[in-house]
Amino acid sequence: MTRLAAEHITVRRGGRAIVGDVTFETAGGGFVALIGANGAGKSTLLSVLAGLIEPDAGRAALDGAPIARMGRRELARRRAYLPQNPRAEWPIAVERLVALGLTPHLPMFGGLPGGLEPRLTQALTACDLAGQRLQAVTTLSGGELGRAMLARALIGDPEVMIVDEPTAGLDPRHTLDTMARLRGLAERGKLVVAALHDVTLAARYSTHLLALKDGRLEAFGPTAEALRPELLRRIFDVEARITGAAGAALVDYLG
Amino acid sequence: MTELRLPRAILAILVGASLGLSGAVLQGVLRNPLAEPGLLGVSNGAAVGAVIAIYFGLSHAFGLATPLLGLAGAIAAGALTFAFGRSSTLTLILAGAAVSSLMSAFLAMALNFAPSPYAAYEMSVWMLGSLSERSWDHIFLAAPFIAAGLAILSLMGRAVDALALGDVQAQSLGIHVDRTRILALLGVGLAVGAATSVTGSVSFIGLVAPHLVRPFVGHQPSRTLLPSALLGATLLLLADIGTRVIHTNTELRLGVLTSLLGAPFFFWLIVRLRRMEP
Repeated sequence: MTRLAAEHITVRRGGRAIVGDVTFETAGGGFVALIGANGAGKSTLLSVLAGLIEPDAGRAALDGAPIARMGRRELARRRAYLPQNPRAEWPIAVERLVALGLTPHLPMFGGLPGGLEPRLTQALTACDLAGQRLQAVTTLSGGELGRAMLARALIGDPEVMIVDEPTAGLDPRHTLDTMARLRGLAERGKLVVAALHDVTLAARYSTHLLALKDGRLEAFGPTAEALRPELLRRIFDVEARITGAAGAALVDYLG
Repeated sequence: MTELRLPRAILAILVGASLGLSGAVLQGVLRNPLAEPGLLGVSNGAAVGAVIAIYFGLSHAFGLATPLLGLAGAIAAGALTFAFGRSSTLTLILAGAAVSSLMSAFLAMALNFAPSPYAAYEMSVWMLGSLSERSWDHIFLAAPFIAAGLAILSLMGRAVDALALGDVQAQSLGIHVDRTRILALLGVGLAVGAATSVTGSVSFIGLVAPHLVRPFVGHQPSRTLLPSALLGATLLLLADIGTRVIHTNTELRLGVLTSLLGAPFFFWLIVRLRRMEP
């Protein structure tokens, strides 16, 4: 069972703590939605959890082992990370972009070993990209590119997926589609941690809510319990009304 | 034949491969289609070293003084670029540009204060690049550095592929991004520094070769490496034959020919980039 823990994580930049003393622990599969105002430290916390930056104090641990001490390749095999609006620089084919997700599984030289070919097909099919397999990634629409990047992250079959704003710039159809895919991963036992701007989406799809305010942990718990108007007032400084049951909740801001 | 033509051909192959492979790696690591080996300042550094040898008349006292000092200049310039540019892609490009212009200033100064008009002429001609009158000694001097540089650069396939996704995603895939940048600088510095110190500046091969190769390998950065080296070697060999076949009163210099042929390619690249934009 995957356990991801943050233990007193603190990150300082220019004398200011952008993430301050954040502690929480998750066990097993789930979809953790990370919410907070702009500049609350969401992206920085995700980078620490993904092992991309080392915190100034505290540590992130995966199954009890500190992530900062883990070998790069081992970590890369166990967790996938998607930044906000990921881009590809060259007009490579979709299948090659997706295969890059297998980098930590490959030897230093040579193409994709035959044994990994089925995984490529599987990842492409799972993200509805079978038809675009040979298309250049630079000609994809925003939604298609988002799916290709998701397939790139999924192909290595990681235990943990860290995703920064997966729905930024997507239309409603692709937004719901992406959220359903992430939720599906969580239901299959993976741990997904995603920063989300849209609290309604967080309410409907996430299993847990992690709220940051000015770099500090404001709330952590099952979404149905943690999502309260008082919490939204504290972290966003707005009055909010939450209607509907957990799976169909709607968050309204009243100003 | 083996004393004149063979070393010249071997040198053309070594230098062309260095330029082609360096260009392919740099374009991949910096994710910039306009990156070329001269960008990091090592070529200008080598030129400064060689010009110093000519300035003080060392080249007449000892034939290999020019390439030896050229090598020293390339190493010094590479070290300077490394010291200022190691922390990110942007700082590496900026440091390379700064070191390049500093070295250009030194070159201009050497010409300005040339001890004699003949020395000034010799310096400017050296800078135009040439493979004529190069012996086995030049090869023995440059080959170990070129070989080391090519070896380092050819190990970077996985890294340049992953870097197509940007620094952060490449890092998340287990690539040591900082180390990759440093190795690219080291490999280019060794290969191109040594190449430039024996031949003088030969431009455009490193820029052009990867672009010509790219459409044939599906644009995947790792697959451009070996073909770029081979194409760079072929292009330089052909250009060198061109300088001998085209009859002119004074020798047509290799660097002049590659620039004349390479510059139109640059225009073509701009037109193509413009067409790809929405």
